[in-house]
Amino acid sequence: MTDETVSTPPSEERKPDLPPPTSVSGPIAWMRDNLFSSPLNIALTALSAYLIYKVVPPLLQWAVFDATWTFPPEVVVGDRPPSFSDCAPGGACWLFVRARLGQFMFGFYPDPERWRVVLSFVLGAIGIYGLLGGPARLKRHSAIFFFVAFPILSFWLLRGGLGLTPVPTEQWGGFMLTLVIALVGIVLSLPLGILLALGRRSNLPIVHMLCVIIIEVVRGVPLITVMFMANIMLPLFLPPGMDVNVLLRVLVGTTLFVSAYMAEVVRGGLQAIPKGQFEGAMAMGLGYWSMMRLIILPQALRISIPGIVNTFIGFFKDTTLVSMVGLYDFLNMVKAGYKDANWVGVEISGYAFCAIVYWICCFSMSRYSMYLERKLHTGHKKR
Amino acid sequence: MAEISAGPSGHGASVVWWRDERKRALLWQILVVAAIAAALWFIASNTIENLRTLGVPLGLDFLEFPAGFAISFSLIPTDLESSIGRLILAGILNTLLATAICIVLSTILGFLIGVLRLSHNYLVSRLATAYVEAIRNVPLLVQLLFWYVAIVKLFPNVRQSINLGDVVFLSNRGIYAPRPVPQDDFSMVLVAVAAGIAIALGVRYWAKRRQEATGKQFPIGVAAVCAILLFPGLVSFILGNPVEWELPALKGFNFQGGIVLQPELATLIIGLSIYTAAFIAEIVRGGILAISHGQTEAAYALGLRPSRTLRLVVVPQSLRIIVPPLTSQYLNIAKNTTLAGAIAYPDIFSIIGTSLNQTGRAVENIAIMMGFFLLVSLVISWFMNWYNRRIALVER
Repeated sequence: MTDETVSTPPSEERKPDLPPPTSVSGPIAWMRDNLFSSPLNIALTALSAYLIYKVVPPLLQWAVFDATWTFPPEVVVGDRPPSFSDCAPGGACWLFVRARLGQFMFGFYPDPERWRVVLSFVLGAIGIYGLLGGPARLKRHSAIFFFVAFPILSFWLLRGGLGLTPVPTEQWGGFMLTLVIALVGIVLSLPLGILLALGRRSNLPIVHMLCVIIIEVVRGVPLITVMFMANIMLPLFLPPGMDVNVLLRVLVGTTLFVSAYMAEVVRGGLQAIPKGQFEGAMAMGLGYWSMMRLIILPQALRISIPGIVNTFIGFFKDTTLVSMVGLYDFLNMVKAGYKDANWVGVEISGYAFCAIVYWICCFSMSRYSMYLERKLHTGHKKR
Repeated sequence: MAEISAGPSGHGASVVWWRDERKRALLWQILVVAAIAAALWFIASNTIENLRTLGVPLGLDFLEFPAGFAISFSLIPTDLESSIGRLILAGILNTLLATAICIVLSTILGFLIGVLRLSHNYLVSRLATAYVEAIRNVPLLVQLLFWYVAIVKLFPNVRQSINLGDVVFLSNRGIYAPRPVPQDDFSMVLVAVAAGIAIALGVRYWAKRRQEATGKQFPIGVAAVCAILLFPGLVSFILGNPVEWELPALKGFNFQGGIVLQPELATLIIGLSIYTAAFIAEIVRGGILAISHGQTEAAYALGLRPSRTLRLVVVPQSLRIIVPPLTSQYLNIAKNTTLAGAIAYPDIFSIIGTSLNQTGRAVENIAIMMGFFLLVSLVISWFMNWYNRRIALVER
């Protein structure tokens, strides 16, 4: 009977599911959906593929395969210094970087004292970690360490004296100087920026006006102008005979500049605090400074941390501008390398190295800032 | 308690004066004013004293002095005898020129990259992401120096310049392109362009009225293109093309004729536009992402085509989010042109620097430069605020 064939009892074990048809899943479907869904999309895909083909292989060829990585034997033996002519013509000349890496990193800082630089930056890294990523119960200690102890300690380490060989700031240079400028900028500009932001939100009209003028004027002019002004005008502003070190002048200018931007970031954080927090604090009988210190700023600063890190990334890139007032930061140290007759013509490789170093620093900082943003997401924002 | 509430003035005001909030505010402000006044007096007296020791007078008379230095690029004629004031004016114009070109180019490139980054096409969006991440994490100065070396070193010299159809020549002296030379009847073409714009505006007004009255749409875009481009083109054709193109030609050691984009200006435009475009792309992406998906779905449900949805629903709303940060990017462009000093483009910063070295008038020179940048910042902020108000959401 036909009925019997229909009513055959189902077999005991279930057959394995068939894979979905290739038209809806798998690499082919993915490509159809993502790359070739419409004529315009096909054209865009083709254009992108062509662009990648035109850029990536030649770049790899130049930077890796055709590049010169090792010194020729007579240089290794020590018969003559390395030079640009040791490099293969069609590729990057990383010999330049290898030969001068010490100078790029430490400038003219004397060789036997370089451990001091490394040590002070390790201290700085620990301080930053304690402030941003470390356990919450150590935040207060980290803040005191980073904003008070670390600057004094590292100034002693870098500058010398009190038992260490003194190293004048003229010998500071390279990546170390870049980090010094960036770290001094952040350590000094954060407190100053908070003060400016509080001043801008103040009810006292004169304080408010003063802070608005400072912030807006500094933000309205380019950094190089501020640095130029600090470099040329600061000696004029001080009593005759008082000589200020070039590095100190530049630090004054950059700190003032970053403070104005920091103030705006902190102001954003302050504005995000609901009015109830201020009113609650006042109802508890707290005065202005206690209210700010205990209630408002801890919340506002936490919201502003990603903005502060972003400002710092921007400032880190802007430290390259000190080369325009004659300081030998990382970029200027690399540029100074081209003036050596042995290395004429190596500019492209040098700038490529600069770009890679800055990229690694800034990219990792921006990823860290994104991570912090997710971590600190405590519900003040709407979405 | 009774002693406290019975103050000397008799009625309820009962706190000691330094605990009175209003008096404290007044006191603080008096202290601030006194501190500022003291600081200003300190600075001013020191500056005057220092300038006297250096023998440098104060005043703007130096603007009339002959400069004695030449600049490589200028929109107004200058030579070695030009006054410093005139050279500073030339520098201001150079800065404004670079700023304007970079604003236009970086906006176009930035919007393009920002939209491409949102594309569903995997390859395209990844490419746009790579562009943004690579560009914005490298200092602008490094990029400018890199482009400058790339253009000056990697482009061939004038004699071997890259020839694009005998019209445009690329070499390490810059980019040479044909220059339009207007002939006698050219004014008629300009009149036709003006008439075309007027017609386009009229048509737009009429089409809007008609759509509001009857709901019928009119292809305004096509009409505007016809009126503004084709009509003058027709007039020009009838008059026998009253524009001659002056082609650059190699004579001796350099090209003669045509217009030239010098390597310094080209570097600045390329480097600054590429750099700022990466930031603008992120702003645009954020602005478009901020528009809720419900808006797009509602527009589709109403039967709008994707292109119209983008143009009529998404873009107008995201512009409100995009414009304020875009303003600060434009301000950044104006400020970042000062980096041109590193590649020898004669912008205001490098001319002020030279002038300062020549005359020693630090205070006046720096005041002129800062005044100029504050003015530019004010003008750009004012314009963008006006635009922002125009596109802002009109609420109750």
